[in-house]
Amino acid sequence: MNINELYKEIIIDHGTNPRNYKILPISNYTYKGYNPICGDTIHIYIYIKNNIIKNISFQGKGCSISIASASIMTEEFIDKNINYAIKLHNLFNKYLLGNKETIIINDKLKALSGIKNFPARIKCATLAWYSFKKAIKTNI
Amino acid sequence: MNNYIKQIRKEFPIFNKKINGQYLSYLDNAASSQMPKSCINTLKKYYENSHSNIHRGIYTLSEKNTYQFENTRNKIKKYINAKYEEECIFVKGTTEAINLVAYIFGEEHIKENDEIIITEMEHHSNIIPWQILCKKKKAILKIIPIKKNGDLDISCLNILMSKKTKLISLTFISNAIGTINPIKYITDIAKKKNIYVLIDGAQAISHIDIDVQYINCDFFVFSSHKIYGPTGLGILYCKKKLLNNLHPYQSGGSMVLNVELNKSTYKNIPHKFEAGTPSISSIITFGETLNFLQSINKKIIYKHEEELLKYAHFILLKIPNINIIGNQINKKNIISFTIKNIHSHDIATITNEYGVAVRAGHHCAIPLMKFFNLTSTTRISIGMYSTYEEIDILYKSLLHTIKLFNKKKKV
Repeated sequence: MNINELYKEIIIDHGTNPRNYKILPISNYTYKGYNPICGDTIHIYIYIKNNIIKNISFQGKGCSISIASASIMTEEFIDKNINYAIKLHNLFNKYLLGNKETIIINDKLKALSGIKNFPARIKCATLAWYSFKKAIKTNI
Repeated sequence: MNNYIKQIRKEFPIFNKKINGQYLSYLDNAASSQMPKSCINTLKKYYENSHSNIHRGIYTLSEKNTYQFENTRNKIKKYINAKYEEECIFVKGTTEAINLVAYIFGEEHIKENDEIIITEMEHHSNIIPWQILCKKKKAILKIIPIKKNGDLDISCLNILMSKKTKLISLTFISNAIGTINPIKYITDIAKKKNIYVLIDGAQAISHIDIDVQYINCDFFVFSSHKIYGPTGLGILYCKKKLLNNLHPYQSGGSMVLNVELNKSTYKNIPHKFEAGTPSISSIITFGETLNFLQSINKKIIYKHEEELLKYAHFILLKIPNINIIGNQINKKNIISFTIKNIHSHDIATITNEYGVAVRAGHHCAIPLMKFFNLTSTTRISIGMYSTYEEIDILYKSLLHTIKLFNKKKKV
């Protein structure tokens, strides 16, 4: 285990300067995820039209891992088909839970892979993704 | 470092082990303290040589264990200066002790519109049992607020108390920020008004000599694993007269005199409150912990802890953008802090790489965190074996944390 594996530059970057950190003016799906272990929250806002994620953002309080994960996820999902997003969500979860066969092709998502060696922090990385999944089930 | 403390530290085998390739710097004593070799040996010997159930076994092992089991109770009585040993009940921890009081005392003494007073700095285990009780009994839960420096705003006590107040339940030392509360002063006021008092001594027990008769509280609760003993064991002290008149908490084996199919009679205290097989190995081991605590020079240890905490304060204040939460001058063994723009979990992950164990989060005191407008802090807490070197390694790891998180921002 090395601390630099976890805190890769891209994680520090997204963790300290998160992208899409705002409330959307128009959103039709939203969910506020809460991690009871640490009290962190990630509030996801999504605007979906014709099955395409037209816009997605988040706000919240959290550690660099949870904020970076949320930031990377939103960048990843913008302008993507909702089915693609769900598929990626499932792949990402499987990957963090130790399924070696799952290949994460995207470099940015690979940057989050260091988490696998820090079991206590996996929940930090999955909070935004969990909130996303909950949001798309909660049409407002 | 003081030679005496060096000697003491040698009694704790965990400090010979390496964690992440580093010797352990253990700064999470408020969560659980380490056990000395003599206690670990007692636990091992118990299972190797004498494991058996206590009480009704008419054979050597059982009789020996029963003797040692009850002997621990006697040692506890002496340690906290209870008047009678039957005032000390074995439970599984501080949490269970408070729940037990809420359940049995609450059932008999709390009526509709009665009031219970707690404080804003309590651990969740001294909040939720009272919330549940108040809901059930339609009673009222009142809160003594805290001040910006982490002190209890004791001036509110007189306003909060009324003829309906039945119980004040508060912590001696805050587990989250180390504030020490004037429990003797509060108990004296409460007693004049016939209000019962429960003191959560979980943090205090390992850093202050406890005299329950002097405090004059009705209940005093603590856990063995926060005072260098094994896990799974807590103590409820309750004044004999009060305890005698309370109904059992749990029922079943060990707590009965006679059972018929339609009615039962119970044993006297303390066994009336100890249904089922208790944690015999932990209780016997805790007896050894108390021997250990009696054998050491507490004066030197308390002084060391006080000086080390001051040193830690001094060192931590050198960290850029640090904010120490709770600044009571007399505070004990705990420092809680935040570093601007760096989350406590990130801090704890990086200090861990240096072998430094700290705690990050809300410390089971969310209302207190909310008062300070925080969701979490990093908390260090020292024990009798803590060293200046451990604080220095913590400092180094915190500087690394800051360097790591500030690197990108300058770009």
